[in-house]
Amino acid sequence: MPSTPYSNYKTLRAETTSRLETLRSQYSIQIQVGSATCENAAGADIVRAEFLKHIKASGRQDIMLRQTGCTGRCSREPIVTVLEPGRLPIVYGDVNRESVHEIFTRHILGGEPVASLMLDTQIEDRAPDYELLFCAGERCGRLTTWDVQESFRKKLRQRGIGETRVRLIEAECFGLCEGDVSESRAHVLVRPTGVLYRISSEADVERIIDADLMGRRVLEDLVLPDQPLSMRFFTLYGDAAFFNHQARVALRNSGLIDPVSLDEYIEHDGFMGLAQVLEKNDPDWLIDQINAAKLRGRGGGGYPTGQKWAMGRAATDPVKYIICNADEGDPGAFMDRNILESDPFTIVEGMAIGAFAIGAHQGFVYIRAEYPLAISRIEQAMETCRERNLLGPNILGSGFDFDIEIRLGAGAFVCGEETALIASIEGERGQPQIRPPYPTERGLWGKPTVINNVETFANVPVIINHGAEWFSRIGTHQSGGTKVFALAGKVKHTGLVEVPMGTTLRQVVEVVGGGTASGKQIRAVQTGGPAGGCIPADWMDTPVDFDTLMKAGSIMGSGGMIVLDEDDCMVDVARFYLAFSQDESCGKCTPCREGTKRMLEILDRIVAGKGSMEDLDRLQRLGLLARKASLCGLGRAAPNPVLSTIEHFRDEYVAHIVQKRCPAHKCRLLITYEIDPEKCVGCALCAKNCPVGCIKGERREPHEIDQSRCIKCGKCYQVCRFGAVGLR
Amino acid sequence: MMLENKTITVTIDGVPVSVPAGTTIMEAAETLGVHIPRLCYHPSLSRQGSCRICIVEVKDMPYFMTSCSVEVSEGMEVRTNSPEIRQARRDIIELLLDNHPKECQTCERDGNCELQRLAYSLGVRERLFEGERKSFDIEASGRSVVRDSEKCILCQRCVRVCSEVQGVYNLSQQSRGFGTVVTPAHFQAMDESVCVQCGQCINVCPTAAFLEQNHTEFVWQALADPAKHVVVQTAPSIRATIGEGFGLEPGTPTTGRMITALRRMGFDAVFDTDLGADLTIVEEANEFIGRLKTGPLPMITSCSPGWINFMEKFYPELIPNASTCRSPMTMLSALAKTYYAETTGRRPEDIYMVAVMPCVAKKFEARRPEHYIGPDIPMTDAVLTTRELIWMIKSYGIDFAGLPDGDFDAPLGIATGAGDIFGTTGGVMEATLRTASETLTGEKCEKLEFKEVRAVEGLREVDLVIGDMTLSVGVANGLQNAKILLDKVVSGEKSFHIIEIMACPGGCIGGGGQPYPPSGYEILDSKLLALRAGALYEVDKNRPVRRSHANPAVKAIYDTFLGEPGSPKSHELLHTTYHPQLPRGIR
Repeated sequence: MPSTPYSNYKTLRAETTSRLETLRSQYSIQIQVGSATCENAAGADIVRAEFLKHIKASGRQDIMLRQTGCTGRCSREPIVTVLEPGRLPIVYGDVNRESVHEIFTRHILGGEPVASLMLDTQIEDRAPDYELLFCAGERCGRLTTWDVQESFRKKLRQRGIGETRVRLIEAECFGLCEGDVSESRAHVLVRPTGVLYRISSEADVERIIDADLMGRRVLEDLVLPDQPLSMRFFTLYGDAAFFNHQARVALRNSGLIDPVSLDEYIEHDGFMGLAQVLEKNDPDWLIDQINAAKLRGRGGGGYPTGQKWAMGRAATDPVKYIICNADEGDPGAFMDRNILESDPFTIVEGMAIGAFAIGAHQGFVYIRAEYPLAISRIEQAMETCRERNLLGPNILGSGFDFDIEIRLGAGAFVCGEETALIASIEGERGQPQIRPPYPTERGLWGKPTVINNVETFANVPVIINHGAEWFSRIGTHQSGGTKVFALAGKVKHTGLVEVPMGTTLRQVVEVVGGGTASGKQIRAVQTGGPAGGCIPADWMDTPVDFDTLMKAGSIMGSGGMIVLDEDDCMVDVARFYLAFSQDESCGKCTPCREGTKRMLEILDRIVAGKGSMEDLDRLQRLGLLARKASLCGLGRAAPNPVLSTIEHFRDEYVAHIVQKRCPAHKCRLLITYEIDPEKCVGCALCAKNCPVGCIKGERREPHEIDQSRCIKCGKCYQVCRFGAVGLR
Repeated sequence: MMLENKTITVTIDGVPVSVPAGTTIMEAAETLGVHIPRLCYHPSLSRQGSCRICIVEVKDMPYFMTSCSVEVSEGMEVRTNSPEIRQARRDIIELLLDNHPKECQTCERDGNCELQRLAYSLGVRERLFEGERKSFDIEASGRSVVRDSEKCILCQRCVRVCSEVQGVYNLSQQSRGFGTVVTPAHFQAMDESVCVQCGQCINVCPTAAFLEQNHTEFVWQALADPAKHVVVQTAPSIRATIGEGFGLEPGTPTTGRMITALRRMGFDAVFDTDLGADLTIVEEANEFIGRLKTGPLPMITSCSPGWINFMEKFYPELIPNASTCRSPMTMLSALAKTYYAETTGRRPEDIYMVAVMPCVAKKFEARRPEHYIGPDIPMTDAVLTTRELIWMIKSYGIDFAGLPDGDFDAPLGIATGAGDIFGTTGGVMEATLRTASETLTGEKCEKLEFKEVRAVEGLREVDLVIGDMTLSVGVANGLQNAKILLDKVVSGEKSFHIIEIMACPGGCIGGGGQPYPPSGYEILDSKLLALRAGALYEVDKNRPVRRSHANPAVKAIYDTFLGEPGSPKSHELLHTTYHPQLPRGIR
């Protein structure tokens, strides 16, 4: 048989499978420790070293310590997962030197998971034998007219099986949508076996309970032949609400595979997409697929990727370039870093597929220099791919040549803008250029250039592997697939969250994010980073998509999502983002350079209690000017946080301006500290601590603050033991 | 993928208009007589789209579009003056004004400032957004160019002219956002940067962010000093451009009125730099004939001080190729302080030589140590640009346009038409050919005009048959054009015999010291340059003597003072040396 790209891939894959099998056969327990910048910063390095010490000391040869990427569960890092055949995977959070010792001695050596250290589980003392995950996908997951979960619960109860043995969990869409959706059936995933059943009747429920759960016998006739994409993720992490309400597509390998292991990437269908594309050898078909998948650019603009590629392909110049924009600059956004650190091979694959589509043979990854681990991971991935003929000349024997170079950005936010990014790669000052001409006509060194974001590329191989139809169904009518958000702020579970396009803000914030950490009311959700706006709590049922967020006065952006509660001052939030944009303005065009500066000055006045109502009009006038007249996206979006908060939280601006009051007690200069004479016992602690000595009073008599001299440092408020110092 | 010859129909302010594909909205509006306001736009420079003044509304576009950069497309509907656009333009100008010194009344460019004009014409009548204003020291250490970043509005015309037209790439933006400032790299002082002092940044600047180093005060003081014998020389191109400063049509020669104005101001003698040009031709022709035998070739002209600076910083290996002749200005100054001093019985230090030049690099040249007659005695004491002289004449209260004609003083004011044409591209070459062709063939040459060397498009390579030899000639104006020629010389791609280089576009008529163009013209405008050049050709045509070597004054100076061309005395007074300079430019 003649060798084709796909047959070459098969050979490659067979090699990796046998290599992995040989390796794994030596071990009975796997300890996985996350290893991304965030994990390491939280102490994952120490945790790995500590486990290694324990393994050595134990003398056990069957314990494998491996690194994985990051799961995105930021607030509980480092994350450690213990895998034993036939048992539920146990995930530990906030692991440190001390807990390593406990996990190792009690769980690894003693065989009993340490419930108190586990991540987000309600397990009291011991882990259940089984967990059943019910797919909540609206389209295909539960089309039954009867409640499958309830049926299981009832039948389990009848058999005297409690939640301690079999736990029932509702999860997000499994991504099964590729199959026939007309049938009335539901899907359930059994952990730890990882078997996925399709259930059509109550009889099926009984059979599963009796044969599988009680008899440890897999019912082959009910098993779904295909493994949906997020299956492995759910198998590993499906017990926590934070994870099981996500749909992992772009992050499908994050937290699962060893980021430096090409074998593991290939095991998870890595490079199958590229092999198929090269086998098919039809760029137009490929572009049609991307169009049909409704993939839109994940960098913020939301431009249809297929259309961009089609323009790149249509350009007649023989030299073209493809660029991966990894200049992630939004404050608090790190989805791109996470993908690069946790799953770097997918970027190589996605770029190679894109290059094939447009006819480029050279690619660049433009990545900020502040991401040293991401840089080294992608470099390592490129090097490994070159060794295995997945990058470089004649990829997989297809005759297609493609290679990638890395270019480091110096950290200017504006360099994430396509034309500024191009200028930066060329060695010029990173400033946007007028468009048209668009980069697809005249880009890097004057050549047609296609620029896509990291997350966009990460989605590409999946579209090829699972089909455009499948991908498009995950999302909304306008936009296929998922979006990764960096969830932060006053939310209980912070971290990276990937949900289908069209998921409501409420679902993301309250279900995945667990609501506010403080239990206080959510006031607004800021999306889209400095270019975005604040969406008020009333709008929490807004489905998250490029167009809907735009209508709500914000943007999707690269996916920042910050939850604000009662303690957040909306004026202050707007001021924070505007200060960022103003600082990052490149200085080229007048509305952004001068306009954002004046807007910031006005906001500074307002938060200092020196604003006037005319200032609000000025803010809006300048904001609209910057929005409509600026040269690039940065300037056009810079006023969004201000304009959207004026629109939705005008009262709060008015309070600052007219009443000289910050309702959230956030704006320092507008806070008034007062001593309640009823509560004050005259202990004089506040007076002793006041740095300017403006608190006076007789001993054992109520004290008083001289407001004219108070510098609003808040020291008295902090030290009072009787709650007598209040804020107004 | 634009189709040639395709016509596109668009609607501008409700009026349909058909224009060729590739036309910008701004150009299309112009065909309807609508001049869309603009600031960073310049027809000779790349499209930048940064000031955002020229924005227009295009139907179905969510943002305003810059009319300077967006090309029309079929069916486009454009509004140039909707209320939103008018307010946006006003707000943009106000934002610029808010970050600009409130010094209009004391500013050099009061009444001649594009920002001021736009603020008026767009109707900016209130200041709503004032706040912090940028603060920078004036960089006045340079001998030619003064940089005042507080007046800069970041249109970047200077950055573009410095790189795109002059190939020097000295100016760029430093810092970012509100702190952005245009300076040489690493905030170097102008004279310590690769700046070649050509002054094109001054020409294109819409405000007074770039100006020449002011010499007018020195001149007023010298004129008021009874101990000084103050003489003045005027460069060839001044007579063609000075009238523009007094409302005369561009291209009006005003030699006689200019001389009278200078006399009214109190100059003791008025000389013509053209005589220096004639001497240059005689010396250069002599040098060239010597080089034809011994090399090195090509010989490159040395009249343009911007070019000399450029050579010393960017092409130091070509120093041996540059003619050793001092510039016409310095030759004349040298003679004024020697020959003229001797013949009139004055000490050189009592003579104060003022040169009126189209050029700011001449200010730098005048201070070069090579051009001193003795310690503390520069050959040229002060250099006024055309602009400075216009201001001085106005300041004095002289009604220039109504003045009677005057004549230059003999002998240093006696010149030929060959000297006049030095002021425009190809002029030095043409003047050289008028003399060299006679020297080379030994016969009187009837041909006086060598139009083939007038590089109005910026760059020419011509082969000329003179007698039995073919001269390979290169002519370039604008240093980016010069680079093209010089790279060929350096790489050996082509052998030239002689090359004329003028640093400024169009030659001295487009010099960095020339008047800001009158309304209806742009700086670097080929129409304007053609009118100015036309004035010089007219002056040349009306001269009785049009060959430098036939200048009776030149003959007399050689006979009574210098000896012969190339003599030791000529070498001492009329020739110089060049030295590689740092920082080295990247070419």
